[in-house]
Amino acid sequence: MFKYFPHTEEDLQEMLKAAGAKSVHDLFDDVPEAARFKREYELPEALSETDLRLFFEQLTAPDNAMQLVCFAGAGCYDHYAPSVVQNLIQRSEFLTSYTPYQAEISQGTLHYIFEYQSMIAELTGMDIANASMYDGATATAEAAMMAWGNAKKANCVLMSETVDPKVRRVVETYAHFHGFPIKLVPAVNGVLDRSALDKEIAEGGVAGLIVQQPNYYGIVENYTGIADALHEQKGIFVVNANPSDLAILKTPAEWGADVAVGEGQSLGIPMTFGGPGVGYMACTEKLMRKLPGRIVGQTLDNRGQRAFVLTLQAREQHIRRQKATSNICSNQSLMALYVTIYLSLMGKEGLREVAEMSYAGAHSLRDKLIATGKFKDTFPGQPFFNEFCVDYEGDLEALLDECTANGYLAGVQVGEKTLMLAVTEQRSTEEIDELVEIIQQFKEEEAKA
Amino acid sequence: MNRTLYGNLIFELSKKGRKGYSLPQDYDRTHTTAELPEALRRKEAARLPECDELTVVRHYTNLSHNNFGVNDGFYPLGSCTMKYNPVINEEIAGMKAFAGLHPLQPAVTCQGALEVYYNLQESLAELAGLSEFTLNPCAGAHGELTGLMVIRAYHESQGDIRTKVLIPDSAHGTNPASAAVCGLEVVEVKSLADGTVDVDHLRQLLSEMGSEVAAMMMTNPNTLGIFEPRVLEITEMVHKAGGLMYYDGANLNALLGECRPGDMGFDVMHINLHKTFSTPHGGGGPGSGPVGVRKGLEQFLPTPRVKKVVVNYDLPEDGPTEWEGFIVDWGTASDINNSNKPLGSVGNFFGNFGVMLKAYTYILSLGSENIKHVGPLATLNANYIKERLRDSYLLPISGLCKHEVVFDGLVDKSSGVTTMDVAKRLLDYGYHAPTIYFPLLFHESLMIEPTENESKETIDAFIDVMHKIAKEAKTDPELVKTAPHNTPIGRVDDVLAAKNPITTYWKSKE
Repeated sequence: MFKYFPHTEEDLQEMLKAAGAKSVHDLFDDVPEAARFKREYELPEALSETDLRLFFEQLTAPDNAMQLVCFAGAGCYDHYAPSVVQNLIQRSEFLTSYTPYQAEISQGTLHYIFEYQSMIAELTGMDIANASMYDGATATAEAAMMAWGNAKKANCVLMSETVDPKVRRVVETYAHFHGFPIKLVPAVNGVLDRSALDKEIAEGGVAGLIVQQPNYYGIVENYTGIADALHEQKGIFVVNANPSDLAILKTPAEWGADVAVGEGQSLGIPMTFGGPGVGYMACTEKLMRKLPGRIVGQTLDNRGQRAFVLTLQAREQHIRRQKATSNICSNQSLMALYVTIYLSLMGKEGLREVAEMSYAGAHSLRDKLIATGKFKDTFPGQPFFNEFCVDYEGDLEALLDECTANGYLAGVQVGEKTLMLAVTEQRSTEEIDELVEIIQQFKEEEAKA
Repeated sequence: MNRTLYGNLIFELSKKGRKGYSLPQDYDRTHTTAELPEALRRKEAARLPECDELTVVRHYTNLSHNNFGVNDGFYPLGSCTMKYNPVINEEIAGMKAFAGLHPLQPAVTCQGALEVYYNLQESLAELAGLSEFTLNPCAGAHGELTGLMVIRAYHESQGDIRTKVLIPDSAHGTNPASAAVCGLEVVEVKSLADGTVDVDHLRQLLSEMGSEVAAMMMTNPNTLGIFEPRVLEITEMVHKAGGLMYYDGANLNALLGECRPGDMGFDVMHINLHKTFSTPHGGGGPGSGPVGVRKGLEQFLPTPRVKKVVVNYDLPEDGPTEWEGFIVDWGTASDINNSNKPLGSVGNFFGNFGVMLKAYTYILSLGSENIKHVGPLATLNANYIKERLRDSYLLPISGLCKHEVVFDGLVDKSSGVTTMDVAKRLLDYGYHAPTIYFPLLFHESLMIEPTENESKETIDAFIDVMHKIAKEAKTDPELVKTAPHNTPIGRVDDVLAAKNPITTYWKSKE
């Protein structure tokens, strides 16, 4: 038998006898003949562990999985994480358990989710956070549905054009099927156009507004006064914020947000081709019972001990079915654990240091790129954090190919001439200088020849 | 598992001045965040813990000791398919070369990752008997929602407005919740006494509202672990009315090797990689919920899509050259409202790639010659338990079950011992409890799913304990009613937790 199947021939015979069957196939006698699968699967034959390792080593050979020095961001960042984090989340008691339905033997999971919720609440300044969501994009879509569901009379949810287009697409997809319109509020010089927004709000019928901080282009926007304007019209304010930057930046709560959401990958989670990351979602106490997802709360057990348990379940699908606040019935638990351990190690000072280093690196790179004479600021004068846009005077695709050939992922192209670069604390001064040098040396004519 | 409570919170171990990280110090400090206008900066630092490394290591290690996973013992949680999570999967998924890939790096620089992604799509299609899969959804519920979006996109492309979805009353709560999120109205189809779909009721519903029915959602085997014997008739009826059939892959494990959803007439389905394809549940995620469709519906699948292409070059020196490889189709922003186009996007990037690596490793480990045994062995284990426990536990539906079996509490309920009590008593004996009080069809549901990985010895030991508990329920009911006794904590006060919710450390200090 195969290594994951413990059944010996003797076991099979005894068990079949008890089950009243002659062969295992008899156990499928209730499947209509026409629906029976009678051939072999057209799949590869089993690989031994040795061959599996070889197979994946070939797939990850330099030609197949180029390890580039990463200056790309756009929602996925190459941050440092202490070695401890990955090691601890691999503990099988965490890894191989499921949702903590049986609180008595799941205090480990419930405990760390409570810590995670506390940390997210602290970073965002919000009252309550849920146990996590699939990713930042779906968390934002859930927030849009929350805004729509919360409104008594509304005809749309507004979304800033400066929200990541990938996130926007997910929100628009959900909204399209859920059945409410998303209206985009345009941007000027890379930030939300306040006069356009004021006009939209004045027209009424706005269930809420979704903005991003820093926005897609890396700009730190000033959202002063927006919450009040929205609240006057009974709309809610949704801020999608990068949690890593919240060590420094004004919190969603300080902006007056009713709901804070975002992607937690920036809290040290490896990029892994875009997933798994973790979405976070937090809100004011007022909206608590409209929050989707799992929530862990503190209580007591019958021995008088402090204990943690899944709570406020009356919002959820297994009780409310189609009337639930969402269809989500899990979280991204292990990644929430990842973030919790990361934040425990980095702590108050570490997260600030990460933010300072990323900020310093990005601004240094921007200065050096401008100094090459080949770039201009895409959005002149706008404050940014660790990601920024520059316009390249020549053939941007050719330049990016050149950088790739030299082992550098020089950013993400976000317009014909616009390059968006991100810098984290993982990028050394040497790497920054080498990237600038490659760009400085690049001559289009030679590349074409 | 440590049966004494480790009760600390990380915040309680924090002391100002400690740290658990090290970062390089030689960086260019020309710019600092003090440059940012004050209006953009937070007033007070976030109160994150300050801990040294060993304190953090011990804290989470101790917490793990108050947790129970598949590696600790038998975990017969019905409908969750808590199978063994192979260690080699973790090794492959942890390869540094995958961890360092950015999702937006050029496709030519990450062909290995795209090949895994593509091959997994293809493998799932073969196993499901469908045409194509998207791996973008992050969980089963996410897959359900995506699948329903596909169905709506299809009807929209036909200019057909259909707003109703038929769901058996035995369905998991996620089905109706997903339908509601997708803007569909739920219509319940009744079950017969044996838990299978009432086909007469379905026929009646279809005659009343057939032209409004977008789809019917079904789990097969259903939530009682029973194969729907009239499934072919059902899919045909719904198709005739112009609706599509959605297959909830929650219980797919039972069918591997014996039966494919596509061959039963299903048009769209999701698969839970964290159930059927052995990726760990991780305490509730990350999962992965790929969605497959039959031929003719591929164009509606969400973007991004990973595709295999052949590109012909004509190089001046080498002449015509062929490049075969994988590309990413990111779709366009205008897709959402266009018919015959992808329905839009459902996540940040491609979904949980790390999870896909584990699932593909599992498929390659088993190969075609072993995968086919998964369903039969899982089903054998469940039927064995069914026959061996029916003396003590009430079996409401006799006959074959598939991968899981549902009991309706104890046969002898005279002592007042409930399913809840039995479940809690199991914890004392070192087992995870089965799923309880679901399906809703019975008052005292106890749903046991053993998976194919459990040995006869493990199952026999579990059966012995179950009988022992049934005996205790007669001889010492209080012992069972007050269980668990041998766990880090006793039963918790759910009402207290919900009445005045304390969901953060800061709130608990108020």
